[in-house]
Amino acid sequence: MVAGLTKGERQFAIVISVVLALCGLFLAGAGHQRPLGVHGLLIAFLGIATVFVVLSGYIAPEPSEERLSSYYDDPSKAGIIIAMIWAIFAMFIGDWVAWLLAYPEMTFDAAWASFGRLRPVHTTGVIFGFGGNALIATSFHVMQRTCRARMPDQLSPWFVLLGYNLFCILAVSGYFIGVTQSKEYAEPEWYADIWLVIVWVTYFVLYLRTLARRQEPHIYVANWYYLAFILVVAVLHIVNNLAVPVSLGHAKSYSAFSGVQDAMTQWWYGHNAVAFFLTAGFLGMLYYYLPKRAERPIFSYRLSIISFWGITFLYMWAGSHHLHYTALPHWVQTLGMTFSVMLLVPSWASAGNALLTLNGAWHRVRDDATLRFMMVAAVFYGISTFEGSFLAIRPVNSLSHYTDWTVGHVHAGALGWVAFITFGSIYAVVPILWKRERMYSARLVEVHFWLALAGTLIYVFAMWNSGIIQGLMWRTYTESGTLAYSFIDSLVAMHPYYVARAIGGLLFLIGAAIGFYNIWMTVRTAREEPLEPVADRPIASDTPAGAVQPGE
Amino acid sequence: MIDLDHDILVAFAKSFGLFYLMALSIGVVVYACWPSNKKRFERAARSVLDDEEGPWR
Repeated sequence: MVAGLTKGERQFAIVISVVLALCGLFLAGAGHQRPLGVHGLLIAFLGIATVFVVLSGYIAPEPSEERLSSYYDDPSKAGIIIAMIWAIFAMFIGDWVAWLLAYPEMTFDAAWASFGRLRPVHTTGVIFGFGGNALIATSFHVMQRTCRARMPDQLSPWFVLLGYNLFCILAVSGYFIGVTQSKEYAEPEWYADIWLVIVWVTYFVLYLRTLARRQEPHIYVANWYYLAFILVVAVLHIVNNLAVPVSLGHAKSYSAFSGVQDAMTQWWYGHNAVAFFLTAGFLGMLYYYLPKRAERPIFSYRLSIISFWGITFLYMWAGSHHLHYTALPHWVQTLGMTFSVMLLVPSWASAGNALLTLNGAWHRVRDDATLRFMMVAAVFYGISTFEGSFLAIRPVNSLSHYTDWTVGHVHAGALGWVAFITFGSIYAVVPILWKRERMYSARLVEVHFWLALAGTLIYVFAMWNSGIIQGLMWRTYTESGTLAYSFIDSLVAMHPYYVARAIGGLLFLIGAAIGFYNIWMTVRTAREEPLEPVADRPIASDTPAGAVQPGE
Repeated sequence: MIDLDHDILVAFAKSFGLFYLMALSIGVVVYACWPSNKKRFERAARSVLDDEEGPWR
């Protein structure tokens, strides 16, 4: 890692780490006994540790000029491994809270183990830890390939990757000790938020600098999606986290907005986190790795451009559908609902574009579990965007809101779409990054695929059932006009579904663990030995030259 | 100074939003379907299939 940096970059890395450690020491001093003090010490420790890591490699010879004739993939490799570690950790926590909902006594009477603290650990861990690291790692890979250009320097990708993980660690460790600003998906407090702004702006500038070095006349569409993800997340993050801390020595802060404005800002942020973090970036993955793995260009490049602008400009207005039947002005709710329904058009354009790309390569989908991961992702993308538009309609929302239907919808998207496209992309990119011919075991990719699919289906069906039953029980009246069921009645009715959901999640977690083992063994196994006769790689073109393929 | 009350702001947001989103969608469709862009797009779509030889220098 340090050996890849030039002398100047090593010195700059030390300066950054020292400044970071000093900031940590300041926070530790100012926040002494409070949670902020703990985080200050953590920051100082990680800063000093980084100084030692850089110093230990400081006298190594500088990288040769030869490096400029290859892409810089070390940060991508680290990012993939880190993403998988976050996946195992956060999915484990997710399954834990799933069992906790079925058996609420499992908290050991400890504050850190309560549902309210563990749940954001799960959401932050999977979205930002797993998803975010996978996005950063693959974006570094995609932007260099599509630009035919090496990243402009070696230090900034490491700063982005490691700095981003510092943010994730501050976020997750904060929840355990009770630090939160109580905004969904924006729980970290002001000091972590400021740090993320610095990291994120560096990420954006790095991406633009790489694009500026490109030789290709046209910027490939995957980059548009990645750039939209980076730019819009920066805007969302800054606006939603405008807050005034109680003091520089206190973790607690108060939002710049109040009342319904605060709620609207939060859900403008929250829904666009779904749109730009969990959709745009992963569509970037889809538009690069799916054509590459299928060895076919995207079905319609034009359609991909039209759906890009559709998704970018329509999603911006959809957030208010989270606030139906609230103090939010009625016309703003209607606006969010209308835009949510319109979103179906660009969403299905993307999903259809992906599936039509596979038209004519279905034999590869059958034989290659990696490509099948991406195909199922496109199907779930289509399903969950339809469901999302549907749930955003006000009368539907009156049945679904506050029920497990929402949870089912989120997981159809997060497991079926986001995690599937991520695993597919990771299985496609790992052999390329480590210059292996194929994954360690194609059979384990297959096992992972079926565990993940079974887990997702069990999860989603359990939550659909549970959510609709909940919604109906809460609005069933007796002849005398009183509610027929108490809340606890609905809770008892949920129990079997909660157990089923936890089992589905467990299958998904086991699949991810098998995936991590497979990736680890791919990295560890020497390049030469052929492992299995059945190769996990794109199946070579088997149509005779000149033959017309369906869909062309 | 013009008095920017809630109603004026809402009226502006509703009308301006309609026209700018319509103009945007027309612009995007025109750009995507412009005949001389076809070649460039097809080249871009094929460019990802074989891109591991390394960066230009």
